[in-house]
Amino acid sequence: MPTATTPMAGADLAERITAAVPDAVREVTGDTILITPEKLTDVAQFLHDDRDIDARFLNALSGVDRYDYFEVVYHLSSLAHNHSLVLKVRADHDNPEVPSVVGVWQGANLQEREAYDLLGIQFSGHPNLKRMLLWEGFPGHPLRKDFMSLQGGLSPGLRRFPKEDPEQWGGEFRAD
Amino acid sequence: MPIKAEPLVVNIGPQHPSTHGVFRMRVTLDGELITDAEMVIGYLHRSMEKLAEERTWTQNIPFTDRMDYLAAMTGNFAYCITVERLAGIEVPERAEYLRVIFAELQRIASHAMANGTFVNDCGAWQTPLLYMFKEREKILDLFEMTCGARLTLNYMRIGGVAFDIPDEFMPQLKGLVDELPDRFDEYDQLLVDNEILLMRSRDIGVLSAEQAMNASLSGPMLRGSGVAWDVRKGDPYGIYDRFEFDIPVGHNGDCFDRFMVRMAEVRQSLRIIKQAMKQLPPGKICADVPLNFRPPEGEIYSRIESPKGELGYYLVSDGGPFPYRFHVRSPSLINLSALKDMVVGQTVADAIVTLGSIDINVGEVDR
Repeated sequence: MPTATTPMAGADLAERITAAVPDAVREVTGDTILITPEKLTDVAQFLHDDRDIDARFLNALSGVDRYDYFEVVYHLSSLAHNHSLVLKVRADHDNPEVPSVVGVWQGANLQEREAYDLLGIQFSGHPNLKRMLLWEGFPGHPLRKDFMSLQGGLSPGLRRFPKEDPEQWGGEFRAD
Repeated sequence: MPIKAEPLVVNIGPQHPSTHGVFRMRVTLDGELITDAEMVIGYLHRSMEKLAEERTWTQNIPFTDRMDYLAAMTGNFAYCITVERLAGIEVPERAEYLRVIFAELQRIASHAMANGTFVNDCGAWQTPLLYMFKEREKILDLFEMTCGARLTLNYMRIGGVAFDIPDEFMPQLKGLVDELPDRFDEYDQLLVDNEILLMRSRDIGVLSAEQAMNASLSGPMLRGSGVAWDVRKGDPYGIYDRFEFDIPVGHNGDCFDRFMVRMAEVRQSLRIIKQAMKQLPPGKICADVPLNFRPPEGEIYSRIESPKGELGYYLVSDGGPFPYRFHVRSPSLINLSALKDMVVGQTVADAIVTLGSIDINVGEVDR
């Protein structure tokens, strides 16, 4: 076992994914691979089952609101080979929907529920997709960047501490 | 003829001493056996991920204390090391060693607490818990001496640590390191050979290695199931590659194995502290990080081994003074993924023991 987790080379990995699941890879930047949402479950199954890749451990699943679209980031690793890889999928901002990977990694269950709760990303095929940290009927999804301006959202309070407000300090932030 | 009973839904918690905070487990019972279990969380949700998006990178450090408040030091460590990797900040040698010493002390304190409450759940009412608290107290005294706080420490900074250790720290730490193995030998005799504890925790809440890995479990949960994976060894952060220690693993994946893994890890942590004390160099304790700190645009996921498991931060920076996205991969939450698999088919009393062996911290589950 190598003494430190090595990120797998994105280009090489993308080739292997394309060989197994055609038309799945949309973009490769560094060691990050962007996958088309429709092929996500096939790719996930392939990465999980392939002996050399062996991505059987889902480290983290995070959702990010990028204004125009939502991004779901999957950090995967193999404990046996000690390497890691990063998958991303993008979902439309108005109607974000991504296939669920709970069938491949059970550990995605709670993390997908969290992303649904806080960001409003629908994970189709999830066995129990309901709010986890907030209560049913909570207005909106708070981790969205436009949450404060949503209809029925919380009223915008003091958004920053006065000291942090650049306008009060002539543009530059000071931490003293 | 077996008697079929009406299914009965019982709420365990949220206000119940055995749920270790405001955690609620909704179990469906057939007689005394659990047929279905669902967890209900969110009672301690403080929306830290949202709040963090409107605080500067440095102002977010106190939030990390309040996630896993029983292991604030490792919470600080995980966040600071992630920001440092994102911004490419070099940490001075002395600060690296101080971080390791404090993180390992925190691990001992957290494991002592976890094992104390676990034995409490098994029915050894309060006495072992208070023994463990006694040891934890000595560690908190060391924290207080250094940074003035005992629980929410806010000790580490981006680029190093906030305070150097006072003169009386080292003698007291040395006394503690010499004394703790004897104390834990005593507790081993008291607990590990205790027939009641064995009967209550052996073959309860069994998880195979395959199941544990598939459910993304980490820390003592994963090692209890026999997977020798520790981020400190597998992906060393800071200066962990300089120390010698072993990874204790279990064999059966039951509650007793998790308990034993924690007991053994305390001794490994002491080994690391002893080595770090010998090698501790003089020098600066914090790198020069500007007050107006802005890491470059980018994103990073980095993890450390917290007492509960793999504590990771996924941070996205847009180059501004605040994080664009602040996501915590909290081990307490994800270790609950396999809760249903473990408790279905057990009795309620065993479910309590199983939950105790997971060692959740609701502050970190809900954030």
